[in-house]
Parts: sequence; C-alpha cells; structure tokens
Amino acid sequence: MSAAAETVTLSHGQEAETQRLVIATQWQLMWWKFRDHKMAYISLYVLAALYLTTLLCEFLSPHDPNQRSALYRHAPPQSIHMIHEGSLRLPFVYPMVRHVDPETRRVTYQDDLQRPLTLKLFARGDSYELWSLIPMTRHLIGIEAEEDERLVLFGADRLGRDLLSRILYGSRISLTIGLVGVSLSLVLGVIIGGVSGFYGGLIDSIVQRVIEILRSFPTLPLWLSISAAIPATWSNVTVYFAMTVILSLIGWTGLARVVRGKFLALREEDYVAAAKVAGVREFTIIIRHLVPGFLSHLIVSVTLAIPGMILAETSLSFLRLGLRPPSISWGVLLQDAQSLTALQLYPWLMIPALFVIVTVLAFNFIGDGLRDAADPYKI
Amino acid sequence: MLSYILRRLLLMIPTLLVVSAVTFAIIQLPPGDFVTTLMSQLEMSGEPANLERAQSMRREYGLDMPMWRQYTRWMGFEWVYGAHQSEASEWFGGPKGLLQFHFGQSFKYNTPVNTLIWERIALTVTIALASIIVTWIIALPIGFYSAIRQYGFLDYSATLFGFLGMSIPQFFFALVMLFIANRYFDISAGGLFSDEFIDAAWSLAKIWDLLLHLWVPVLVLSIAGTGGTIRMMRANLLDQLEMPYVTTARAKGLNEWWLLVKYPVRLAINPMISTIGWMLPTLISGSVIVSIVLSLPTTGPLLYEALTSQDMFLAGSFLMILSFLTMVGTLISDILLAWVDPRIRFDSNAS
Repeated sequence: MSAAAETVTLSHGQEAETQRLVIATQWQLMWWKFRDHKMAYISLYVLAALYLTTLLCEFLSPHDPNQRSALYRHAPPQSIHMIHEGSLRLPFVYPMVRHVDPETRRVTYQDDLQRPLTLKLFARGDSYELWSLIPMTRHLIGIEAEEDERLVLFGADRLGRDLLSRILYGSRISLTIGLVGVSLSLVLGVIIGGVSGFYGGLIDSIVQRVIEILRSFPTLPLWLSISAAIPATWSNVTVYFAMTVILSLIGWTGLARVVRGKFLALREEDYVAAAKVAGVREFTIIIRHLVPGFLSHLIVSVTLAIPGMILAETSLSFLRLGLRPPSISWGVLLQDAQSLTALQLYPWLMIPALFVIVTVLAFNFIGDGLRDAADPYKI
Repeated sequence: MLSYILRRLLLMIPTLLVVSAVTFAIIQLPPGDFVTTLMSQLEMSGEPANLERAQSMRREYGLDMPMWRQYTRWMGFEWVYGAHQSEASEWFGGPKGLLQFHFGQSFKYNTPVNTLIWERIALTVTIALASIIVTWIIALPIGFYSAIRQYGFLDYSATLFGFLGMSIPQFFFALVMLFIANRYFDISAGGLFSDEFIDAAWSLAKIWDLLLHLWVPVLVLSIAGTGGTIRMMRANLLDQLEMPYVTTARAKGLNEWWLLVKYPVRLAINPMISTIGWMLPTLISGSVIVSIVLSLPTTGPLLYEALTSQDMFLAGSFLMILSFLTMVGTLISDILLAWVDPRIRFDSNAS
C-alpha cells in the first residue's frame, strides 16, 4: 500500500524502476544487489576461470606435470620476449642453458640468446588423454623444441618438472576438495539440523550436546591429529576422500546450527500452521515452505565455509599430514617451499601460494557480496 | 548471573569426560603404537627387529593392557575399581591421572608430560592474548575511520587489507615474515629466545628477549583476525551513527569528535568485548601451525612431533588442554555476552 502511495510523487522513469522492483522475484533482487558489489562480481569471473582450468588442465598446461628433466632442475621462470636482436617478432622465449660452476658446484641458468623459440598456440607436446577419454597431443601453448628444451614460465621444481603445469593440475584437488567437503557438511548439516529443529525435544537436546562437544575441540589440532592417522598405504583417491571427511567433521556443526535456528523460527509461522491444517505432508512442508525461507542464508554460510576448507587442505598438505606426492595439490607443491633456504634460492616455488590467496580472496568477496545481497534489511 | 555461570561450569564436566574419551580414541587411531614406530625407525637405521624387546617395552609402558584400562589409567580412574600397583603404572608415575592433574608419561622423552607442556602452554596463551591486543590496536582505529569516512579511499583500502589478511594462509605469511625478519632485521630465524636465553631461568633480560622475538608470530596471528574485527567495528559504528540520538547531538551543536567518542564508539565497542572468548580458541588453533613453521617453543611443534611419533600421552594431553582452553574461551564469551546484554541475562534467569 505504502509503495503505491509513494509512486504518485515519482517521475515516469522512477515509476518503471519501482514497478520493476515490485514484481521482481527474490532471486532477481538478490542478483541485482549482488552485481552492485563490484569486487564480488569480479570474483565470480575469477572463480569461473579457475574452475574452468580444472576441467581443461591437461590442455592448458604446457607439459606433463610429472615429466622430469635433469637439465631443468630448479630452473628459474622464463620470461616472454617480443624483441630479438632489435627487431620485433611474435612472442618467444630463449632456451635455458644449465651451467655448473666447477669450483662451488653452484648451478646457474643462462638464456641462450642465439635461438629464440617462438611460442605456438595449439602446439604439439606431451601426449595425454583429455578427461581420460580423448587421446591428444596438442597443448594451448608450447614451443617447437628441437632438443630437450622445455617451456618453464613459472620455473621448475627440484626434479625439473614444470611448475605452471603442476599448479594447473594441482587446482583439480585444491579447488574441488573445498566443494566436496562443503557438500558433505551441507548434507549432514541440513539433515541433522533440520531434524533437530523440526522435531525439537529429546532429539534436539542430543544433537545440541553433540555439536557442543565437537565445537569444544580446537579445529586445527583436531584436523592435525586425525590426518596424522591416515595410513601411508592408502591410495591417493582414498586419502582425498578421507581429507574431505575430516574437513567436514566440524564444518557440518556450523551449518546445522544455522538450519536448526531457522527451522525453530519458521515452524512457528502462520503459513506453516496453515499448511498443516490443510493436511500437507510433513516432508512437503519442509521442502516447499521451510527450505526456501533459509536457502539464501544457507548459500551464504556455504560460500563462506569453502575458503576455510581450501586453506585447511593447503595447510595440512604443507605439513605433510594431508595429501602426499605423487598427488598434486597446491599444498603439496608448497611442501617444496618449506625452508628459508628454498625461499631465498628458489622464490618461484612460492607461486602456488598466490593461487591459494586469489582463490580464497575470491570466495571471501563472493560470500561478502552474497551476504549483503541476501540481507532484506539493506537496500 | 552467578547461577548461570555455575550451571555452565557444571555442564563442562560431562563435556570434558566425553572430550577425553574422543581424544583418547583419536590418538589411538593410527595403526600400531609408539613401540611400532620406534621399531620401524630402528630398523631403518639398520638395527634388526627385536620382538622380545618390543614385547618387554609394551609391558613396561602398559601398552599390552586392554584399551579401556589404558584409558582409565590415563584419566586416573583406577582407584574406582581398585587396580593393583603394576609394573606399568610405576613407569606411568603411580595411579594418578588427569583427574589428579598428572598427565602421564612421554614415551619419547621418558619424563612426565607435566614437565614438558606447561611452559609451552603458557607461551601459547601469551602469544594468543598478545595477538588479541594487537588485533584490537590495529583494527579498532581502522574500523572507526572506515565508518566515519564510509566509501572513502581509506575505507576501500582497509576492506581490501582486511580481506587479504583473511585469505593469506597463515603458514605462508609466517614463512614470509621469517624471510623478512631474517633479511632486514637480522633476527635469528624462528624461535622465541636468543640462544643464550633458551635454557636460562626467567629474568628481566629473558622477558625482554622474548618481547623482541614475540612480534613475528603475534603479527602473523593478529593480521588474520584483523580483517573480521575491522568489518565488525565498522558495521557496529555505522549502525550507531544512524541512530536518532546522533542527529539530536549534532543538532545541539555538540563538537563532532566529542560526540563520536562519547556515545557511538562506546556502544560499538561493547559487543566486541564478548568476542575475546571466541578469538582465543581460533588464535590457539592458528598458533599451532604458525609455531610449527617458526619453530617456536610452544604447543605446535611438540604436538606435531608427538602426533607423528605416536607419543600418545603427550599428544593426548595437549589436545585435552587445548580443548579445555577452547571451552573456557567459549564460556568467557558467553559470560561477557550475558553481562553486556541484559536480555540474555534475564532470559537465563527466568528459565
């Protein structure tokens, strides 16, 4: 009523705007508000790009991530040049020549300025099977190597493996472990929190006690202790799933609390009573009438839970308590950057940390944007 | 209020019991026990496996007892069923357990756990408390400024800074700080004391030396919490600034600075006090990984070592004490909340 009264004084354009707001669905309103949060909006694209790389990492990475090369051990990042001997040409790199000082045994790398190697799109390289299905040899970028030359844009690790390729492959585990862990927490949290909130009484008290006990454990030491128990004999896939279970062990409690609180508040609403009187089944009441009431809130909680899990996986793997080589995750890659000496001599080994930071930052911004967007009291 | 605190304290007893059982289960999770780890280490160094020796070690340590008896021994419950003095309990330090504040014996160091952990726990708590103070010193003024100059350049910078602090993995930040401290400030890498003070008795000089080293871990830990605190302070203050009493005060012609400090700032800081409680557990948890990287003489490295070598009483006792501190932190925050917010206080009195 009051909205109609206000529109009288508005101009035609504003009236159309108000009309648009009035008929918009809840999700449209949220989307409009979300777009106003610039950092969150940009972050959405950043994350989309990152997740796309997990799908196409074989194609995007210049090399096989496990291909060793004795000639490129701890090779520094190559830089891309455009000018060769004073003339402009297509982007190229110089091949690196390994040089060992005969006295100090110190290894240095020098650019071989005689032979520029042009970067090629869709170049032939190490063979792979895309999605374990399609055999391919083309990579997005590569060089036409004559000898054992490699393209190491982010440098190479102690076995001469290309760091860029390893980071791209590592995104598979690092970016999905948070999603899988959160999905697991979400299922547990919604079911347990929902049951606890909907039925109340004894079940509720028991669930609340269990949550309290789980919450009285310090998170990181608990994760440390359980990860320490993962047997060395387990396969990579098993360890991966064990990690997601460990991460969601505490994660579900927060989501269960959110769901329970909302259930407790919503089940007293008149429309739920009306549905009950009308003889609607309990399950239908929950799905049709209760869930939409807290879905937006839940999405925010979930988005804000993912970065914590990504950081936890990275930290645990960094301490050699999570995933282990030959698995590739950003945390596993950072194991090489553990000592101060490594940091001083081979600073490029820290590049995986930048990817962690960008990912977590993007998730945090999106979570912040969603929180603002889902808040009906803020316009 | 008193009955509320009392009830919460009583509730902690059953919780602690369950926590102790879960902790014991977790430290039992890895396959094998300390003797297995020790034997495989010996084998790696070329010594042949000695089953007889392993058996006698297990008997001495009491690792051959059934699981429930090992648990009751650790907890100090043996008097309940009148267990007799065995060889194992002699090594363990008599029939005392957690209940009698005896945390058992470390396999690896072969000394009572009590002598190993307390100084480390105290240093951990010191770092956590110092981090809370530093977090506030950094975050409150920035949050205040962000709120009164909302959407200004500094507001955006502060937001970005806060989000960055939340997003950098703490171990990575610790590594970078180590690098910087080493290169530009010429401080020995890691640790909390200079070499000459490590085993020295506590003195003013040692405390000063501690302060010189403390800032690295404290800075690492407080940066992570700063982002959240800035945003909370900013939101709280913005809520207050919209209140009609601020408009009234402005209309009266009150000096702007005085107006801000006298009411809105005080009211905005009020709810933050209750967050000390939940900051403490997070900081203690975070300090574990930071101190492993910086090799500080706190709980982190020793807990890590105990976990990987299956030194179960040492690891278990650390977990128990850290859980206890987590609970105390939550309790403090709940009490402060009840103290600050009369609605919670009266609600709990009524029920």
